[in-house]
Amino acid sequence: MSRIQLKGVSKVFPTRSGASVAAVKDLDLVIEEGECFSFLGPSGCGKTTTLRMIAGFEDLSAGEIWLGDRAVSIKERNLYIPPEQRGLGMVFQSFAVWPHLNVFENVAFPLRVRDLPRTDIAEAVAQALRHTDLAGLEGTFPADLSGGQQQRIALARAIVTKPRVMLLDEPLSNLDPKLRESMRFEIKELQRKLNFTIVFVTHDQAEAMALSDRMLVMDLGKVQQADTPEALYNRPASRFVYGFLGLSNFTDVELRGGDLYVPGSKYPLPMELPAGAAREGVMATRPNEITLSPKDEGGCPAVVVKRLYLTYCIEYQARVGDQTLRVHCPHSIVLEEGRPCFLRFKNPRWYPRESGRAEIERNERQVI
Amino acid sequence: MNAFGTKPGALPGTAGRRGLGLDFGLYILSTAILVITVLLPVLMIAYNTFIDGGRLDWRMFVRVVGDPGNLKSVWNTVVIALWVTVLGTVLGIFYAWLIGRSDIPLKGLMKSLFTIPYMFPPFFGAMAWSLLLAPRSGYINRLFMDLTGGTTPLFNMHSIAGIVFVETCYYFPFVFLQVVSALERMDPTLEESARIAGAGQWYVIRRITLPLVLPAIAAGAMLILISSLSHFGVPAILGFSQNIFTLPTKIYQLIRRSAGSFQGIREAAALSILLIVVVVAALYVQKRVLKTGRYDIIKGKSMRPMLIKLRGARLPILAVCLASLGVIVVLPLAVVILVGFLKAYGLPFRFENFTIRNYQYVLFRSRMVIDSIRNSLFLSVASGVITMFLGVMVAYVVVKVKPRGKGLLEILSLLPYSMPGIVLAIGVILVWSGAFYLNLYNTIWIILIAYIARYVSFAMKSASASLEQVHYSLEEAARSCGATHLESLRDVTLPLIRPGMVAGFFLIFLPGMRELTTSVLLYGPFTRTLGVAIYSMNAEGNTVQSSALATIAIGIILAGNLALRWVTKDRKGA
Repeated sequence: MSRIQLKGVSKVFPTRSGASVAAVKDLDLVIEEGECFSFLGPSGCGKTTTLRMIAGFEDLSAGEIWLGDRAVSIKERNLYIPPEQRGLGMVFQSFAVWPHLNVFENVAFPLRVRDLPRTDIAEAVAQALRHTDLAGLEGTFPADLSGGQQQRIALARAIVTKPRVMLLDEPLSNLDPKLRESMRFEIKELQRKLNFTIVFVTHDQAEAMALSDRMLVMDLGKVQQADTPEALYNRPASRFVYGFLGLSNFTDVELRGGDLYVPGSKYPLPMELPAGAAREGVMATRPNEITLSPKDEGGCPAVVVKRLYLTYCIEYQARVGDQTLRVHCPHSIVLEEGRPCFLRFKNPRWYPRESGRAEIERNERQVI
Repeated sequence: MNAFGTKPGALPGTAGRRGLGLDFGLYILSTAILVITVLLPVLMIAYNTFIDGGRLDWRMFVRVVGDPGNLKSVWNTVVIALWVTVLGTVLGIFYAWLIGRSDIPLKGLMKSLFTIPYMFPPFFGAMAWSLLLAPRSGYINRLFMDLTGGTTPLFNMHSIAGIVFVETCYYFPFVFLQVVSALERMDPTLEESARIAGAGQWYVIRRITLPLVLPAIAAGAMLILISSLSHFGVPAILGFSQNIFTLPTKIYQLIRRSAGSFQGIREAAALSILLIVVVVAALYVQKRVLKTGRYDIIKGKSMRPMLIKLRGARLPILAVCLASLGVIVVLPLAVVILVGFLKAYGLPFRFENFTIRNYQYVLFRSRMVIDSIRNSLFLSVASGVITMFLGVMVAYVVVKVKPRGKGLLEILSLLPYSMPGIVLAIGVILVWSGAFYLNLYNTIWIILIAYIARYVSFAMKSASASLEQVHYSLEEAARSCGATHLESLRDVTLPLIRPGMVAGFFLIFLPGMRELTTSVLLYGPFTRTLGVAIYSMNAEGNTVQSSALATIAIGIILAGNLALRWVTKDRKGA
C-alpha cells in the first residue's frame, strides 16, 4: 500500500520581517502506487516544502497526508508521525552521505538502527551495493569517491530497507550532464526491479519529462497543472505551464476590426481568430513551430534582427511590429541580418496578458 | 626560476623585476622583525637555562625541575587544565547544541550573553568570585555562616576547585563558539537522511551530529587546554593566599622574589622550558586528534535545520540556562561594579554604604592609576597599529609572494599564539635588558615589544584571511593598466583589505587593554598597565578601589567591542 494522498495541505512560514508566506496553498493530490511522480517548478514554488512535508521534516499548517491507509500528518487532530517512523527512502541533492562512515557503514545505517542481526545486514547491504554497482567499495570513505559514486551510496542507503516509497530531492542536479543522463536511466531501472513509488522534486524540466509518469507543475505554492508529460507539453493549462516546459515566445497581440495584429505592425497575423478572443492577449508559440521563409507564401512580414548558430538549428530573431520572436530553422535556410522574411505559425495558443504582480510575488518568495 | 618566480602572473620584463625587489625587501624585513621579536626570546630562554659561563650546564635545570614545590605546581597546572577542559567542553557542547539544534526561545539573547566572558579577562571573574566566596570574608560565605551559625564556609573559592570553576566560566565559550559555528555550517540533510533512515533524535545526535562536529569540539577543547595551561590571572588571585601555585604563577613568584637577581631569572627561564614542554605536548596531541577527522560538512543549499522540539522540557531548560548564564556571566560583573561603589569591602549592599569616592580616587587622585590608564591606551593603540601592519606585511609575503622560506615565516608568526604570555615575558626580559647592548627594562618600550610579539599571530591570521579573498587577477588588472607593483599594492590590494585591517586592529587593541600576564612581569615604577594596576590594588587589599578601576576597564572594553561590532557590520554592508 503505497498510495500517497495529500488533502488540503498548506504550509505557512513566518518571515524575518514578522509577516508570513504561504509556501504551499491548499494542495490536493493523489500519487498512485508504483508511479514515478515529479514536482516541477521554479525555486520557491513550494515543491521542496511539499516533499519535506511528505517526508515529515515539516509539520503542516493545515490538511492531511496519508501513506496508503496510514495517516502520517493530520493537522486537525495534531497527528504527526516523525520521519523515522514513516518508513520512506529518501535521496538528497547534496547526497548527504556521512563522511565519517565508510560505504558499508553508510548503507548499513538504516538496518543497524533497526537492530537487525549481523548476517541479515551484511546480506541486505551486499544486495543494495550490487543494485547500485558499488560492490567492492565497502571499505572506502565517501571523500575518496566521485560525485556519481556518492550519489549511488545515497541510493543504496535509501533502497536497503526496501521502502515502498522513494523521495528524491533534486537528486541529479549536483552531477555533471553526462552522468545525470545515465543516473536517470539507473533510477528507472531500480524502480522497475524493486517496484517502489517515486516522488521527486526538480527544477529541470528535461529530467522531469524523461523520468515521470505524471508530473505536477507548481508556482507560488499552488498547483498549476498535474498530468502526463505529454499532456503538459501539448495541452498546457496556463501561460505559466507553457512557458515552463520547453522554449517559448510570448507575443502581445491585439484585436483590430476582426483581425489580430502585433502592436506596431500594420499586417494582420495570418490565422483564424481564436474562440472567445479578448481585445488584448498573448500569443504563445514554440520557436520550432514557426516556419520562416525568405519568400512571401502567405506569412506575416518580419525582419531578421539577429542570427545565432546553435548546434542542431539556426536561431533567427525576427521582429514583427514592436515584438521579437525566436524562430528555430534548419541550417538550409540562410538569411542575413536585416533582411525581410515571412513567418507562419503552427499550434499557437492564446492567454490573457499577465499582470506584473505574479513576477513580484515570485521574487519576494525567493528571499525567505 | 628563483625563489620569487613562483608567483603566478608575475609580469615579465622590467616591471616584474622591480616588483621582485619590493617583494624581496618585504620578505627580508618581515623575517628579520619576527626573528628578533619572536625567535630571539625563545632562544634566549634556552640559552640561559642550559648555558652557564659559556659552557653547557644541565645542573640548574635538573635542580629546578626536581624541586618538589615546582613539581607540585606542574601537577596543579595539569590537573586544573584538564578539569577546565573537560568541564568547559561539556558545557560548551551542551549550550551549542541547545542553540544550534533545539527550539529553545531567546537564542539571540543567549548567544550575545555567551560572548561576554570572551570580552573580559578571567581575573575579573576571579576577583568577583573572591568577593563572594572567599573563605572568611566572602559575602555569600558570611551570609551562609550567619544563617547556619557555624564557622564553615559554604564554598572556598580560594582552592583548586575554585580556580577550575572560574576558568571554566571564562573558557567554555571557546568550545561553544566553535561547535555552534560547525552546527550552523553543517548540511542539515546529513541529519535528515539519518532520520528518514529510521533513527530517532538521540540516535542521530550520538551517531551523526556529534561525530561530525568532533573536529570542532577537539579544536575548541585544545584552545581551552592551552589557554588554561598558560593562564596566570585566576590562579594568581585565588591561589597565592593558600599557597596553591601553577607553573605561570610559580614563574611570577620566582621573578618577584629574586628582585631582579640574574639567578632568579635563570630559574624562571628553566621553569618556562618546563611550561613550553607541557604546552608543546598538548599541541602535539591536538595535531594528532585534528588529523583524524577533517570532513567536509558544509551545506550546499541554504536550508534551516530541523529543530528538535523540547516540548515540556522547553521552559525548565530555558530557566536553567538563564540562571546559569546569570551566575556565570552577569553576577561577577554586577558584583565588581557594585563593590566599586562601596565605602568599604564587607559593608552590606545598602544605599547608605554607597559612594563615588572610589572613582574620584582612582580617576583624579591616584597618580599610579592615571598612569596605568594612559599606559594601557598607549600600548594598545601602538601595538594595535604596529602589529596590524606587521601582520599585513607577513601575510602578504606568505599568501601572495610565496617565497621558498615562507614556512619558517608562517611558523614564526604563529608561534606566539601558543606561547604562554609569562614565558614570552621572561624571554623579552632576557633579550632587552642589556644582553644586546640595549636595556629597555623598566621602560614602556619593553612592554610594547612584548605586546607586538604576543599579538602578531592575531594580526597575521586576520590579514591572511582578508588577503586570501583578494584574487590575483585584481592586482594583475592594475598592473596591466600600467600601475607599478607598488602602485597596485597601494591602490588596489590595501584598500580592499582595509576593513579587515580595522577589525584586526581591534582584535589586538581589546586584549591589549586588559592584558595582565605579560605586563605583570615587565612593568616598572611608572609603566604599570591597567591590568597590573587592578591586580596589584586587589592584591594589596584595596578591594573597593580596584573594583572601581575594574568597572572603568569594563566600560572601556564594552565601548571597544561596540566599536568593533560597528566596524564589522559596516564591512558586511559594503
